[in-house]
Amino acid sequence: MKRTPRLIALLSLALAALVGCGKAPPETKGGEPLLRLLSESQYRSIIADVFGEQITVGGAFDPLVRTNGLLTVGASRAHVTPAGLEQFDRMARSIAAQVVSEENRDILMPCKPATPAAVDEACAARFFSQVGRLLYRHPLSPAELQTPVKAAAAATRALGDFHEGLAAGLHGMLMSPAFLFVIDSTEPDPDAKGKVRLDGYSKAARLSFFLWGTTPDDQLLLAAERGELHERAGLDAQVERLVGSPRLESGMRMFFNDMLAFEDLSRLEKDSIIYPAFSAAVAQDAREQTLRSIVDLVITREGDYRDIFTTRKTFISGPLGRIYRVPVARPDGGWVPYEFPADDPRAGLLAQVSFAALFSHPGRSSPTLRGRAIRELLLCQKIPDPPGDVDFSAFNDPDSPHRTARERLTVHATQPACAGCHKLTDPVGLGMENLDGAGQLRATEDGAPIDATGDLDGIKFADVGGLGAAMRDNPAVPSCVVNRLFSYATARTPLKTEKKLLDHYEQQFADGGYRLPELLREIATSDALFAVKPAPMRSASTSSAKEEPL
Amino acid sequence: MSVLLPRPVNRRSVLRGLLGGASVGIALPFLDCFLNENGTAMAGTGAPLPVRFGTWYWGLGHTPGHAITPKTQTSAGIGFLEECKALKRHEQNLNFFGGFNMPLDGRSNYTHFTGWVASRTGTAPSGNTDIPAPTLDLLIADSIATNTRFKTLDVTAVGIARENYSARSTNNRAAAEASPERLYARVFGAEFADPNKADFKPDPKVMVRKSVLSAVSEDSRALNKTLGAADRARLDEYFTSIRQLENQLDLQMQRPEPTEACLKPPRPVRDGEEQNKPQGLEVDTVIANHRIMSQLLAMAVACNQTRIFNMVFSDNFSHMRRPGQTYTHHLLTHEETPDKVLGYQPVAFDFNCRQMDGFATFLDTFANIREGSGTLLDNVLIFAATETNYARVHSIDGVPVFTAGRAGGRIKTGLHVVGNGDPITRVGLTAMQVMGLPLDKWGTQSLQTSKTITEILA
Repeated sequence: MKRTPRLIALLSLALAALVGCGKAPPETKGGEPLLRLLSESQYRSIIADVFGEQITVGGAFDPLVRTNGLLTVGASRAHVTPAGLEQFDRMARSIAAQVVSEENRDILMPCKPATPAAVDEACAARFFSQVGRLLYRHPLSPAELQTPVKAAAAATRALGDFHEGLAAGLHGMLMSPAFLFVIDSTEPDPDAKGKVRLDGYSKAARLSFFLWGTTPDDQLLLAAERGELHERAGLDAQVERLVGSPRLESGMRMFFNDMLAFEDLSRLEKDSIIYPAFSAAVAQDAREQTLRSIVDLVITREGDYRDIFTTRKTFISGPLGRIYRVPVARPDGGWVPYEFPADDPRAGLLAQVSFAALFSHPGRSSPTLRGRAIRELLLCQKIPDPPGDVDFSAFNDPDSPHRTARERLTVHATQPACAGCHKLTDPVGLGMENLDGAGQLRATEDGAPIDATGDLDGIKFADVGGLGAAMRDNPAVPSCVVNRLFSYATARTPLKTEKKLLDHYEQQFADGGYRLPELLREIATSDALFAVKPAPMRSASTSSAKEEPL
Repeated sequence: MSVLLPRPVNRRSVLRGLLGGASVGIALPFLDCFLNENGTAMAGTGAPLPVRFGTWYWGLGHTPGHAITPKTQTSAGIGFLEECKALKRHEQNLNFFGGFNMPLDGRSNYTHFTGWVASRTGTAPSGNTDIPAPTLDLLIADSIATNTRFKTLDVTAVGIARENYSARSTNNRAAAEASPERLYARVFGAEFADPNKADFKPDPKVMVRKSVLSAVSEDSRALNKTLGAADRARLDEYFTSIRQLENQLDLQMQRPEPTEACLKPPRPVRDGEEQNKPQGLEVDTVIANHRIMSQLLAMAVACNQTRIFNMVFSDNFSHMRRPGQTYTHHLLTHEETPDKVLGYQPVAFDFNCRQMDGFATFLDTFANIREGSGTLLDNVLIFAATETNYARVHSIDGVPVFTAGRAGGRIKTGLHVVGNGDPITRVGLTAMQVMGLPLDKWGTQSLQTSKTITEILA
């Protein structure tokens, strides 16, 4: 994929500074320093980045609680359970064994031991120093380095094998909280007496996990070491490098995967009799299709973010071709660009199999689940939970069978307790009814023609294509992605006092034509990304009242 | 049958089978000489056979009027109706608790969530993800599960790992084991030390692992200094988990005590095409998974790998389905038209029946393992509960609860206990007291209770 030349981006930054267009964002006190458990995707990215794609990571991760729409925020509150730690232990041992295996050691180790069966502390120290800097996201102190070196030496003596000893030391590093948690470290702020700031390495980690979804690379750690991330020019240069890198694509894939709640696609199951074309391979490719399409539009082509709801340009694989019922020139499973014709209602994210199938039941569609997902995930609106005392007898009237979802859901309008929420979800979700529970186009349900008309906040539409167009122009769409990006970057829920800050980002986003890279630069170079206040050292019940979330 | 494992067996029948056949030279690894004369305690140490605690979860409650005959006062005889007829064979292993309520003090009934949280934590949640207190199994685990390889084993037959109804708090909830193969590997894989094997040789790699963890733990303590109170608590919990893992490794370095009922099961093998199937929500797949996982879990208990276990048959929204049907179990409870003659929703009812069949199978598995003078089931206490009474209307008052097993003779069984509107937490409090927790009350607000259900105490 071709990227916009970095030079143009640099020039536009310089021009903006020259003519004074770039308004400084409102200040924020920030949140408390965080202890963030690595998410599954971050863990996998780090292992792949540090040791290579050939190292497999098997095992299950404890579930995170989606908070402010993101698992990334939930990770800031997650505990490590005994069962979860057991899984980390299993993964760490497996990774360590692969790293020192005969196939990999020559590539991954900077030295060879003097004797394969004996302790070689110098060689072990070189290895741990090198990988430890990336795993712990800072250079190892002498004491930190001694832990794996000593562990490796003891294990080498016990097992009579240098590489097994090295694996033991690496196992320990991968079990350390310094690796498993991203720990915000603070220092006194020399520019503001009595206040604290994130140290350079914590800033580097925040930037890297935000933009690349992984551990800081060598250059970013060097910039942190030199104090450059505390300086405007140094920070701008690093942000420009990170945003201009092809790795931004994988970072943004991780963001959208989280924002769209796509983690459930990996275990999505459909009834094979009702939807014979759907399979685990389809679900996997459906996720890939959506992430590929979004990243192509908003990062590679630097298009208008809102067009993710209307674009007809996408990518298709062999398994997806069967479910979309379109020919694919790559029966080998490879990806090809594809553009839905103008008379096809399938345009944009909402018409893709991933979204339509994920928010459906195993054997049928669900306008309510779809409407709720659109409201909550894409518009950042909260749909109240269903009441606990609903009378479902109206659904069960044998004399009045309801063939279509619209007919069934109309019954909710007769239930005052249900009507309020269903008015928010159903007129939106019904617009997707031409897509069945597996995301395939259909014209009828149970023999009755489908009416896919609907309404989104007063904008009427005739089908899913119209719904996409209504979404594109909905002001909550850019506002929501701004909220989620800031939340993703800081791994916390924005505070009420930060509303002006988010308004500022949103305005800048609009002024820049809703180009995501510009928004990423804006957030990543703003003081708000790094703002922290001291954490209360007492328990929550005795500390001062917490600030309210937005 | 897609999942292959031998039918439930007791240790002696297997040994008889082996010795009666071609196998020769197999040392009898465990004999009655390890038990006292009454078969209730270990002869070597005099320690009584351990009493274990477990939970069994099913989603969407019962079909009122077709599951258990209501009673007005506590008495012997549970009164199984059609939905629960499979449980009749275990009547003398069960107690049923009906007519207990779940007062919420004005908090919402978060559908399919409030019920399990309140009955297992003693506190009504204040949101649809809020788990305000530790679940009772973990409170019991903290008290009795100090000397086993696993503090708890959490298993789900329905394939959704996050649907584990055991948690310390909202953000402190382990994933359940959702695959029979992974469960086997974790418990009976390379790290399993057969307690009845004649030769035991500690693995030096285990010692190395323990040293590594101890060093990490020791050297990471300094991190605490920079954190706020909430994060310090989270890090403390991480260190607690490390200690748990170290204990696990300590145990692996010691010769395990011979354990009468323990027989390492064969690795579960799924047939060709079945291997490619997801763990699945199809009801037959769930039943097959549940059967095999029950056997592995029961043997893990018998082999003293854990004293606390949690089994989920179906999730709280019961996503189970029949092949080719557009409605899941949950959707059926709301949208299926009741049969005018039968008076209930027939397909939803069938799902409910199969869940109770599953519970009976679970109990069979424990009852088929002989231990001491009785069975493994005699030495466990199982708290079996759901989240609603009648799912069609999301009612939580009268939510059905069973206990199974005799807890080593500490409780009486075969009783139908009538709650008369008392809080459901009475069952949990009693269960914890039976398991030895020194509690005089449990729960918060109107769910708080200090009333033990004395009728079931032996």
